[in-house]
This record gives sequence, structure tokens and C-alpha cells, in this order.
Amino acid sequence: MAISKRVVLHFPSRLVEQPIIYKLVKDYNLVLNILKASVTPKEEGLLILELSGAREDYDRGIQYLTDIGVRIQSLGQNIMRNDARCTHCGACVVICPTGALTLDPKTRMVNFHEDKCTACELCVLACPPRAMEVHF
Amino acid sequence: MTRTIAEINEKIRKGQAVVVTAEEVIDLAEKKGVAKAAQEVDVVTTGTFSPMCGSGAFFNVGHSKPRIKIGGGRAYLNDVPVYTGIAAVDIFIGATAIPDDDPRNRVHPGPFNYGGGHVIEELVAGRDIRLEVTAYGTDCYPRKRLQTWINLKDINEAVLFNIRNAYQNYNVGVNVSDNTIYTYMGVLKPNLGNANYSTAGQLSPLFNDPYYKTIGIGTKIFLGGGIGYVSWHGTQHNPDVLRSDNGVPRRGAATLAVIGDLKQMSPRWLVGTSMLGYGATLSVGIGVPIPILSEEILRYTTVKDEEIFAPVVDYSEAYPGRSSEILGEVSYGELKSGKILIQEKEVPTASLSSYPRAVEIANTLKEWIMKGEFLLTEPVAPLPGVEAGITFKPLNERPIEDNRRI
Ligand code: SF4
Ligand code: SF4
Repeated sequence: MAISKRVVLHFPSRLVEQPIIYKLVKDYNLVLNILKASVTPKEEGLLILELSGAREDYDRGIQYLTDIGVRIQSLGQNIMRNDARCTHCGACVVICPTGALTLDPKTRMVNFHEDKCTACELCVLACPPRAMEVHF
Repeated sequence: MTRTIAEINEKIRKGQAVVVTAEEVIDLAEKKGVAKAAQEVDVVTTGTFSPMCGSGAFFNVGHSKPRIKIGGGRAYLNDVPVYTGIAAVDIFIGATAIPDDDPRNRVHPGPFNYGGGHVIEELVAGRDIRLEVTAYGTDCYPRKRLQTWINLKDINEAVLFNIRNAYQNYNVGVNVSDNTIYTYMGVLKPNLGNANYSTAGQLSPLFNDPYYKTIGIGTKIFLGGGIGYVSWHGTQHNPDVLRSDNGVPRRGAATLAVIGDLKQMSPRWLVGTSMLGYGATLSVGIGVPIPILSEEILRYTTVKDEEIFAPVVDYSEAYPGRSSEILGEVSYGELKSGKILIQEKEVPTASLSSYPRAVEIANTLKEWIMKGEFLLTEPVAPLPGVEAGITFKPLNERPIEDNRRI
């Protein structure tokens, strides 16, 4: 069974120079799409990937990453809504490109569907009370 | 059918007042008819929760030992500059004030993460705030520097005083240019990418009393989670605009100045707000009770989203250039459907005003009144109405010659 998942990889600085991506492609037959990458000197590297491949390959690839010391998070956890700050104004619904923020026409409350969020962060500064938070 | 405020208050005291929200009264009047509904209902409650830049607060922080004259000096609350040009230890913070070192729009669009509105929210939440003062020193106020934590509970007075709130109707903001723009109406995507509006529609206070027949100076209201009063008409109050047959203005019209003791308010209803690329401000919760003094007053409160119209304005050129051109009119019913038609294009809509919060305010006010905790007040003077002859003046510039002496 083929799967496709978005994950966030945190690399400790000692791994930043390693050809990890090459290995994921070559040894685990994964197709990857880099959504965001940043490496700061002395700090850890951060990579947001869409990984696709056979379920078995995906699991082995994730296992490999865990073994060498990469910390993995699934992407939905990275943008979180601080429900105490959200006023349900609705300003974000026209900003989110993926339909992860939608208005319930009955209650007029805004729902956040984490599974649809690609962590593009467009909503973060567009939200007037700053309820959409980036968590790494 | 007529009723006086005194009679309504008598019923409130006895716990017998019939109170419904401006949303509930629509169904009620449809079912029972306006006459019957007017007989039954004593009060209709309204609500709105939106960014309102015309907000701010006065504080008297108390006298330090030795004394310092903040008046005429410089003062900051959590690095946000406050106005000091009043008495020795009175200060005023405006919702849109931002720290001197805020990057503003140097890298556009600036985030405006923290400003006067956020200070007000934090104070109301009970957090300690840094007060820093430099003063010039006098014989009776010798001190020149002061740095201290202050807390809302320790200072003498804290008065929310908003010079313009609760706009009766507002523009729908769009962008016809090719670039995204960052405005007080939110982020507007290019080529009519979205349309943003900012009132609660059928629940909004002044839509339910379009000619200010009950709301006046001295009207007691829900303000910031506590009790406040209408203190005056707000700035830019402009009642004489185009109106529909039901009396509801089709353009921005009346505004309210409101006042209340900040110490009894709550951070849920005073929320520090950041408009990307525009500035910092404060979102304010306001609810006004409307006494049903007659059938006519009740009929006004039955207004619904489909019967309230707002102008669509381009914020890329028309608004900044002060052109009065509009791209059309849409009803709040259409706006709330999630998309509107502008120049034959389907445009997704978004609100800056929280409808669920407006419902919550109207319900809270309803509860207060039903429990007998909130009596209505008789206005001491009316707000200027259509007949007042107010015209909305632009600033006509007159060049100042270099050598002109005053
Ligand atoms: S813009 Fe922010 S506050 Fe408004 S509904 Fe979206 S997440 Fe909530
Ligand atoms: S981060 Fe992007 S995808 Fe996720 S909710 Fe915000 S706007 Fe939508």
C-alpha cells in the first residue's frame, strides 16, 4: 500500500552534514518533496517533507531516521490554534490555501482541520489576535 | 402599545422582564407578528465584537515618593508610549500606540505584534506591567526617573474611554490591484481575491435602533465584559447618509463614544489585536440593550442580515485616494453566505468581526437583565440624528507658506 505523509524532521547539528536525504531516496525508495528547509549554524536543521512510497519502505525510512537521531513530528502538530485566543472572527478562512480553516455556516465558528494544514504559515500573521501558533 | 423605561426596570427588579436577543426577536416577530411581539418583549439585546481603533484608557497611577510629574514628561507601559500631557500622574494609552523601536512597515508588511491594545488586555488580565517615566523635575515634583511594575488592582483609576466604537455599518474591503495589500480591513488578495467585512449585521447595536430613538448619552451598556455607558456620539458620527426603506443606513453612519471602569472588565472582551502591515489595535466587545418602548422600536429590532446593505470599496486605489467610488452594494445575508458577486466575479468573503462573540454578548446581557442585575438607564440627551445637519468633513489642505508668522 502506498502512502504519503508530511513530516517535520529536526536534525541535531552533528547530522546536518550527512547525506540523509540521498539515503531516503536510494535505500528506501521514497519520493520526497521538500516543503521547507532551514539550517542555522550551530543549531539544528529543520526539514519539512512530504514523503511518499510503499508503507513498508516508509516505515523503514522513518525507523532509519529515528535510529540516527533525527526527531520526527507529523506536520499537523506544527501549526496549532490557541483556542483561548481565537475569537472566531473568520479572517483566516480566505487566507488558508488548503481549506484547513473553514467556517461552520450554522454556528459561524471557525473550524481548524489539522489534517489539511500544510504548515504554510500564511494564517499566522494574518490572524488578528494571533491565535495560530507555530510549534516546533 | 407603549412602555416606559421605569416600567421595564420595575419588571427587571421583579425578575419578570421578557428579554430576547436581536437574533431571537426576528423569529419571534415572524411567528407572532410585530404587534404581539412588542406586547410581550420588554428588552432586545444586541452585541458586537470587532477591532475598534478608537479605543484607549486613562490611568491614575498614584504618587511615588518622592513625587514625579509624569505630566509633560515621557512615559511608557511595556515599552508602548503613553500620552502624558495631562495632570501629574494621569496617563492615557491609545489602542494603536506602538513601541518606539517597533520595526513598523520597514519590512512590509510589518507584523505589529504588540501595542496599546495589548497593554490594555494584559492589564485587564491582571498581569504586571512595566511603567517607565522620564520627567523634567520641579520643586514640588523633584524626581526625574521612575521605573516600576504596576498592576491594575493597585492603581487609583483605570477608565476605558473609547472615542469611536460600534460603527453603524461599514465598508466591505476588496482589492482590484495585482498585488496583495495589507489594510485595516485585513489582508486583501489581488484581483478581488477576497472581500472582508466588519460588523455583526443583524446583531449589531446601531442596526437595531437605526434612528437612535432609545440609545443616547447615558445609556448603560455591556462594555469589555463589564458595565459601561454611552458618553457621547463617537467621532465621525455621520447620521445623514443614504438609508434603506427600513431606516438602516447603507453607508458608515453613527458611532458611539463609550466609557467604563476597566477594573471590572475582562480580557475575553478586550483583546490586543495585530493587523498585518497596518498596526496594532484592540478588539472590543459591546452590547446595548434596546428597551421596547413601542411597536415601532420593536419593528426596528427585527431587521435581518438580508435587509442590511454595505458598500464594496476598493482599498488599493479608491480608499487611499479618498475617492467616493464604490463597486456595488451587498447585503450581510450575501456576505455571510461565504461569497459575493462583484463585477461578475465570485469573491469569497471573510469577517473581521466575530459573530459567535456577538451572540455571546447579546446572551450575556440578556442573562444579566433577566437576573435583575442590570437595570436600564434613561438617556440624558439624545445622539445627534439625521436632522442635526452634520456633514462629514474631509481635510481640505491649505498650504503653509515658509515666511508666514503666527
Ligand atoms: S483569524 Fe484567528 S481569531 Fe479569527 S477565526 Fe481565524 S484563527 Fe480564529
Ligand atoms: S498554516 Fe497554512 S495550511 Fe495551515 S491552517 Fe494556516 S494557512 Fe492553512
